Amino acid sequence: MSPKAPAGKSAGPRAIVASKRGRSPDVGRGTPSPSSWSLGDGQQIPWEYAPAPESREIVQLKSRYGLFIGGKEVAPRGGQWFTTVDPATEEPIAEIARATVKDVDQAVSVARKAFRRDWSTLPGSERAKYLFRIARILQERSREFAVLESLDGGKPIKESRDVDVPLAAAHFWYYAGWADKLEYAFPNLDPRPLGVAAQVIPWNFPLLMLAWKIAPALAAGNTVVLKPASSTPMSALFFADVCRQADLPSGVVNIITGPGEIGLALVKHPDVDKVAFTGSTMVGKEIGLAVAGTNKALTLELGGKAANIIFDDAPIDQAIEGVINGIYFNQGEVCCAGSRLFVQESIVGPFIERLKDRLSTLRVGDPLDKNTDVGAINNAAQLAKIEELVEAGIAEGAEMYQPACELPARGWFFRPTLFTHVAQSSRIAQEEIFGPVLSVLTFRTPAEAVEKANNTAYGLSAGVWTEKGSRILSMVSKLRAGVVWANTFNRFDPTSPFGGYKESGYGREGGLPGLLAYMEGGH
Amino acid sequence: MADRKRKAPTAPSTPAAVSAPQRIAVRKTYKLYVGGQFPRSESGRSYVVRAADGAPLANAVRSSRKDLRDAIRTARGAVPGWAGKTAMNRGQVLYRVAELMEGRRAQFIDEVAAAEGLSAAAAQAVVDRAIDRWVWYAGWADKISQVLGTVNPVGASYFNFTIPEATGVVGVVAPESSSLLGLVSRVAPAVVGGNAVVVLASESRPLPAVTLGEVLATSDVPGGVINILTGLRRELVPIMASHMDVNAIDTWGVPREMRTAVEEAAVENVKRVARPPRNVDERFDWLDDRRAQRPEWIAAFLEMKTVWHPIGV
Repeated sequence: MSPKAPAGKSAGPRAIVASKRGRSPDVGRGTPSPSSWSLGDGQQIPWEYAPAPESREIVQLKSRYGLFIGGKEVAPRGGQWFTTVDPATEEPIAEIARATVKDVDQAVSVARKAFRRDWSTLPGSERAKYLFRIARILQERSREFAVLESLDGGKPIKESRDVDVPLAAAHFWYYAGWADKLEYAFPNLDPRPLGVAAQVIPWNFPLLMLAWKIAPALAAGNTVVLKPASSTPMSALFFADVCRQADLPSGVVNIITGPGEIGLALVKHPDVDKVAFTGSTMVGKEIGLAVAGTNKALTLELGGKAANIIFDDAPIDQAIEGVINGIYFNQGEVCCAGSRLFVQESIVGPFIERLKDRLSTLRVGDPLDKNTDVGAINNAAQLAKIEELVEAGIAEGAEMYQPACELPARGWFFRPTLFTHVAQSSRIAQEEIFGPVLSVLTFRTPAEAVEKANNTAYGLSAGVWTEKGSRILSMVSKLRAGVVWANTFNRFDPTSPFGGYKESGYGREGGLPGLLAYMEGGH
Repeated sequence: MADRKRKAPTAPSTPAAVSAPQRIAVRKTYKLYVGGQFPRSESGRSYVVRAADGAPLANAVRSSRKDLRDAIRTARGAVPGWAGKTAMNRGQVLYRVAELMEGRRAQFIDEVAAAEGLSAAAAQAVVDRAIDRWVWYAGWADKISQVLGTVNPVGASYFNFTIPEATGVVGVVAPESSSLLGLVSRVAPAVVGGNAVVVLASESRPLPAVTLGEVLATSDVPGGVINILTGLRRELVPIMASHMDVNAIDTWGVPREMRTAVEEAAVENVKRVARPPRNVDERFDWLDDRRAQRPEWIAAFLEMKTVWHPIGV
């Protein structure tokens, strides 16, 4: 999820992508048509989903968006702009300002002034009310943000509508209430904000990640400069308008747009007190190096390669849904995606058959169609990375399965993919793919499941499926992961701390630890 | 030590020395403490440790990189057993360290006085506080998860809770000037939560730390949970900071000029870095309980784990 992913320029990739897609070796082998009822006597009654497009009319787009600094939209100093595109059509959405280092200076200095003058002196109870306002406005404008998020990022409208936007509003709501209760959150720790926070977020959950970053920072009394990913700047720029509607003091929230190096310039800025980053482990390490030796507080929420472990006594219907949701939610572009499936050997055959059946019912296509399950891959570079890793999986001898769904003629799409016969050492079992690609492995005993699940440099999340309570608790205590979902997967909540062990980063977002990450002495 | 200094110059002039020769003291070889044992360095090297007044005190082991790597491997092996003990048990084991230090109080007072150039009274205050600090942290063992842990009221039908867990192997670069109290103040919060530690003792004042190892060996702390090395920071700190099987590093004792390099090296495996606050330097007052014993220092070496489970029938 490199924030450096190119955001527009679709000159060649589409043709290349299409040809690669064409020679997928195992497309649709033996899958039933998804759109038919079986009567059980061999008869099939075919039927079609009617298109159910969400209207784009609610999103009023300008042709250009400047930077949001000091409460105003300003043009970038360098006079350069880039285009953000709809990944489902490769059509341009708008022109976006490419910030320069001088713009970064300006944003940080404005944030510093706002911190000193307004935000840190404002009583917590007043800060709280601004945050409540923001939460309310996000709720009021929820449909607009949902459509915008799907348009700019490629995620299915039902996910942006039912997950991203409500959760983003809920984060502001939750942290709003903390702003005037900090001394109860951390008794014995004189609650003081850090100052100016530099925040760099990825393209997979643009608005939600913005909320995860900005809500606790503001509640604790910090001001922020946030850089959204270059391929998904739209919801952050619309959020600027939410800040204006809320009459938030100018300079408390600043949004700068541009490529990865602008994010790096931001975190390196000497007048920044706190750096928060969500993104790939590779970029996280660059940021760690940039911050080393500076006394800046740092939290990192990085990559993952989650194990989703299915015991033979698992509730199978729920487990199938959990596995599907675990890896195909948001096209698998989720740091905590359940990308390694471990199935107990005694049930592996029937489980994979059912998984394939369920896979064939997923609807891939227009993100703005309300029936779509799997939308567009966010950007061409990411699609190329997914394709590279899938080919590596085939080359390493794993067996690939893809359902026979039709992909739209335009846009960056990838079929939900499942690999069996995957070796522990295979790249598709070790590297974060960040796409709708599941690697199936097996195990015999709980100890073996733990050993294999923990055999990764990552440690963000894990899943356990079994009806046996004592086994759940034992697995929970042995899995080296910051979030463990038992008999569920990919659940998020503002009250629930989220973050990784090992190379998945440090610090937590959500809950009390998420607040502590923005306070002096709290890290 | 104080005895030796007082007696040495006067002994030759004492008439009794002629008839009854003065007893030759049995000196101690200061070794390492790794895996519950007292190895020398595989390198066979040592360096001279001097008292605060410059008088030579003893030869300390100059650990090699290999000694450090071996100690880290030993610590890794000790993590599951230590983290897997009940919290109350870990608390009792650490309390036992205080009990045994109390019994060797006089020895620690002598060694700290010699190492740090303190008066007997000042050294006594330091040693007493070091013992009390073990007691303070021992008591946290079965409370920290209640202070840091939460049950989270998520907006759907799930039971959701967050608990702290040990991060694994912690490398502690102990404070340079406070040879015993500083070291205990950094090691105790790391081990109480279930981590195993590898400690680099003060380079110039390593001897009280070695003696602490002797206490640990006879306490109930399982071998490998606390490993103590002596040696040169410039040789050992970079290895500790870049080692891929160290989960966290405590940089309170890292010389200022090495801090950036240490934090850069720590990035490679995303080590947790516990660094002193901005306003802390070598003059930090380890006797000040308000500032020198903190639950946040335990939290710095813990991972928060969040668990979800549906509520249903």
